[in-house]
Amino acid sequence: MRSPFVRVITGCAVGLALVAGACSKEEPPPTQSAVVANPVDPATAGTITGVVKLDGKAPAAQSITMDSDPYCEKQPKNATESVVVGSDSTLQNVFVYVKDGLGNRVFPVPASAVVLDQKGCRYVPHVLGIQVGQTLEILSSDDTLHNVHAIPQQNREFNMAHQLAGIKHTHVFSTKEVMIPFKCDVHKWMNAFVGVLDHPFYAVTTGNGRFELKGLPPGTYTVEAWHEKLGTQTQTVTIGDKQTSDISFTFKS
Amino acid sequence: MAFRLYTRLVALSTAVLIFAGGLVTSTGSGLSVPDWPNTYGHFMFTFPLDKMVGGIRFEHSHRLIASTVGFLILVLAVWLWRAEPRAWVRRLGYIALAAVIAQGILGGITVLWYLPEPISIAHASLAQIVFCLTTAIALVTSRGWTHRTTALPSDDDVLRKLTIVTTGWIYVQVLIGATMRHTDAGLAIPDFPLAFGHLIPPHWDPKIAIHFAHRVGALVTSLLIVATAGHVFYHHRGRGELVRPVVLLLALLTAQVTLGAYTVLTEKHYIINSLHVVTGASVLVTSLVLALRAHRSRFASVDGFGGSAVEGTAIRRNQPHAAVVGGPSVPNRPGARA
Repeated sequence: MRSPFVRVITGCAVGLALVAGACSKEEPPPTQSAVVANPVDPATAGTITGVVKLDGKAPAAQSITMDSDPYCEKQPKNATESVVVGSDSTLQNVFVYVKDGLGNRVFPVPASAVVLDQKGCRYVPHVLGIQVGQTLEILSSDDTLHNVHAIPQQNREFNMAHQLAGIKHTHVFSTKEVMIPFKCDVHKWMNAFVGVLDHPFYAVTTGNGRFELKGLPPGTYTVEAWHEKLGTQTQTVTIGDKQTSDISFTFKS
Repeated sequence: MAFRLYTRLVALSTAVLIFAGGLVTSTGSGLSVPDWPNTYGHFMFTFPLDKMVGGIRFEHSHRLIASTVGFLILVLAVWLWRAEPRAWVRRLGYIALAAVIAQGILGGITVLWYLPEPISIAHASLAQIVFCLTTAIALVTSRGWTHRTTALPSDDDVLRKLTIVTTGWIYVQVLIGATMRHTDAGLAIPDFPLAFGHLIPPHWDPKIAIHFAHRVGALVTSLLIVATAGHVFYHHRGRGELVRPVVLLLALLTAQVTLGAYTVLTEKHYIINSLHVVTGASVLVTSLVLALRAHRSRFASVDGFGGSAVEGTAIRRNQPHAAVVGGPSVPNRPGARA
């Protein structure tokens, strides 16, 4: 008869084996949308341009304390990127996209990858857009350890180790989702947001707060502007053949 | 003597492990090491120290301390298996070993599955059980337990029931605290002692409900501990083995309520928050010690005392033919090593 001690060890070994089996399950790769010709006629395509501004006092930029990692501490000091306001109260890092109005059109998936870099212990860029089925290339230019932890609601969560400078991982999202937060649990200040759409009509505002959605078929669209701290705003915009509509969003601080 | 010191070291190391676990959650570092059981591809014990940066410091340290505690408990279980004459105490060792292994597996699962709340709460709750087991082993193998120089006290049913209810309730309170912690409800009510300026929160959502339940639980815990203390001071003032844990319990309760308040007021400062976790665990095991001592006479029969108080009773280790001195003999256990 085996001793209780042996039974405990055996029981735990069986438990470990079961856990290992459960953990080894891989999710099936996301199904790629069928690549079709661009359903937009360039001869009639229009454009939505605009600017995003902040109404009210901009919060003071706070410098990031990066002393929990000697490598990061040596990097150029940066301020938090949650609310970045340019001259003339323009708002940076706003994700502007067509939320509705494209109907059943299916758009081709770009062959080029979208790059998210970890550089200077920050994510570069801080906000970005990508299409369903398009490759997201996650790089590390830093000579320190990072983990890349995506926390989606609709897509599969992942957490990957980046232990070397120059390391590269790729990921493909299977479902549209605005927005997916990314964070590094090693460096608490590092975060980014990725907007995943099933069409190419999105943009992220730069320092001048401007955006441009090119190549839209004539029609009426719901355009949404998303900001990580200030929320969302939507507008309905109608564009005709080869027309350019200029709109603006104003977030209150 | 060495064994008794060792059991205390194991219990103390479990408390250190709970504090280290508290630091992991308080700093949000639970997923800073994405792989398990390896650390960034390295075998856990060969992970370079200079790579322990940011959140990795907390998570990897927690893993190292957990592995050490697991090894200490393994040695404890083997030691009990070979030398402890009482079967139920040996079983405690096996259970502690199984619990700490299960705890390690839960810790791994919660990392690989991105901190699902039920697993993380189970991990936190089982940690308290492991601490209770190592403390109980330290107590029942202590000289005060095994070498009685005075008669066992007469039964006090009220104290027994009170200590069981108090200890049980403290564990429930710890579970609510773990739920609050892992559902990110620690600041759902941002003020203290009031809730949004009121005695009762004026609005509710699940997080506010969990947070408020923890506060109400703290009030009930305080009342139970004060009632237990009052009973001991009134009826058992001369029994040092009961008065000492009661005094410690009152001191820990005061510290715990203060730390709870400061956790809210400092917006979950990670040191304060982690101290709150380990102090809560200490309140639980102190209450457990009191409960076990209140039930001391009930253990007489399983300890081999014959169910009654005896003068100068001692359980002797490594004595297969006369496990109990001054009391009835315990049948020799075939597997026991001299």
